Amino acid sequence: MLETIVNNLSNIMPEVIVTVTLCVVLIVHLIDRKNMQIMTLLSIAGLFAAFYVLTESIGTNNSTFSGMLSVDPFAIFFKIVIVFATIVVVMMSRFSDEINAEYRTIGEYYFLLLSMCLGMMFMVGSSNLLMMYLTLEMSSLSSYVASGFTRKAKDSSEASLKYLLYGAFSSGVMLYGISIIYGLTGTLDLVGINHVLMQGSSSHLALITASIFILVGFGYKISAVPFHYWTPDVYEGAPTTITAFLSVASKAAGFAMMMRAFKVMFIDSSVLDLPAGAWTLISGVQIQNALMILSVLTMTLGNLVALWQDNVKRMLAYSSIAQAGYMLLGLVVLSNDGFSAVMIYFVVYLFMNLGAFYVVMLLANKTGSEHIDNYRGIGKRAPLLSVALAVFLISLTGLPPTAGFIGKWMIFLSLINAKMIGIAVVGVLNSVVSLYYYIRIIRNMFLRDDQTETTEPIRFPLAQQILLMSLLIPTLYFGLFFNQLIEFAQLSVQMFGMK
Amino acid sequence: MTITLTHFLLISAILFSLGMYAVLTRRNAIMVLMGVELILNSANINFLAFSRFGDMNIEGQMAAIFVIILAAAEAAIALAIVLNIYKRFHTVNVDEISFLKD
Repeated sequence: MLETIVNNLSNIMPEVIVTVTLCVVLIVHLIDRKNMQIMTLLSIAGLFAAFYVLTESIGTNNSTFSGMLSVDPFAIFFKIVIVFATIVVVMMSRFSDEINAEYRTIGEYYFLLLSMCLGMMFMVGSSNLLMMYLTLEMSSLSSYVASGFTRKAKDSSEASLKYLLYGAFSSGVMLYGISIIYGLTGTLDLVGINHVLMQGSSSHLALITASIFILVGFGYKISAVPFHYWTPDVYEGAPTTITAFLSVASKAAGFAMMMRAFKVMFIDSSVLDLPAGAWTLISGVQIQNALMILSVLTMTLGNLVALWQDNVKRMLAYSSIAQAGYMLLGLVVLSNDGFSAVMIYFVVYLFMNLGAFYVVMLLANKTGSEHIDNYRGIGKRAPLLSVALAVFLISLTGLPPTAGFIGKWMIFLSLINAKMIGIAVVGVLNSVVSLYYYIRIIRNMFLRDDQTETTEPIRFPLAQQILLMSLLIPTLYFGLFFNQLIEFAQLSVQMFGMK
Repeated sequence: MTITLTHFLLISAILFSLGMYAVLTRRNAIMVLMGVELILNSANINFLAFSRFGDMNIEGQMAAIFVIILAAAEAAIALAIVLNIYKRFHTVNVDEISFLKD
């Protein structure tokens, strides 16, 4: 027994490293409360070790803990995205005035960040419905607390309450759906469920109800309309570092879990010879249309409401809802092409979205507000920062030569290959709408003058500029040299137990 | 009258609906959380009933145990957050807590 556990542990080495790191951080926090430096260094060291182990384990494809967790290329790809996002956010936190003001509880902050990361790493690998629910809650519970981390601020407290209420409700509904699936199939294992469903004796009505209930849980995690109500408030109220983390890592984990659930659980394994890695769903759970409606609603509402936001953080929250809509398009295709497009999009999204939030955070450090009027004349006062923000925003719109263009291009390409031209047109039209509000920020920065006539330049330390460059350069690099990224994503589509 | 799976499913469906009703209509954060608790427990009843009456494996009962533990953890965190809210806003009415809005 003990031997099997130890053997299984070697399969989840990155998670073990993160667990050890978060324990160490908590202990150091108890010994030396205010030593922020050492806790940052410890977290970064632990995360880099986990990152290294992950890159070494690329290509592994097996299942561990009696089928509860899959360690397959698909999971490893998303774990790399999540761990990298955590590293960037830990570094960002070091420069955030908001977080530094709470230096007394800084150990708890890193603890929460690492446990979110841990929960998400388990999320992307879980291949059992119970495990999915537990890991979803594991990352959610830490997120609720982390979004209320600056607990003396009213907005942060409100954010954590709203996140909690919506999160607890949605995951409860999801659990009810899981219990119905269990009743229909007698198992919680995704592959096992698929085997039973393939025999086709289950009631269609119950099955479709259960899958919609489960979709509520996923929809909440990826903030898809109509389960998005928490997103703007939480993203605006939470500390900017946490907002950045939630918008990238949490969304990536939610997407990975959703993709695995729908593919492994509902794939019709008798039809496998379709071109371009396409597959179909078992008759009776044709949720493709539901996904399509969800994705169109998500991007349209996200983009339209973002048009009249004056708080840049809130605008980016709506923009991230819209981005989730584009990514859902990749799921609607139901093919490996679509999935790899979503994965490429996530790598790109990681750099551009973290970058945008990073600049917003740095400017808020200096000006104390995220209101769009505060961006007037910033182009002259902080040229490097403004140019970087402009690049990130152009990339979020999806214009060449930035990486965002490649991400969108791959998604639309997979749609066109699957002959879904209509929905691709909706996606392109949405990108045009999104250009308007992204450009508003850029216009304020470069073409509008500050009314208060302050022209003194805003200076940023070298360390902050280095982090900025390490997000800016990949955003431009992947826009030009994307072959390796695409190859890596296409190799990583493989899930354990699937052909 | 013998008690069958249907009875349990009916009870759990009623509990789920009541929980849903509480979440959607109550304005007090604590009441909303109690609604969530009802939803979680209705799922638990489902798990146990299917496991007991459906000639199935023990997986369902295992799931129920995990959910109970998780509900406890969630309640602890939820109450801490609500307490913090009460300190800031001097109310736990969800409608009045709207510092952030469009």
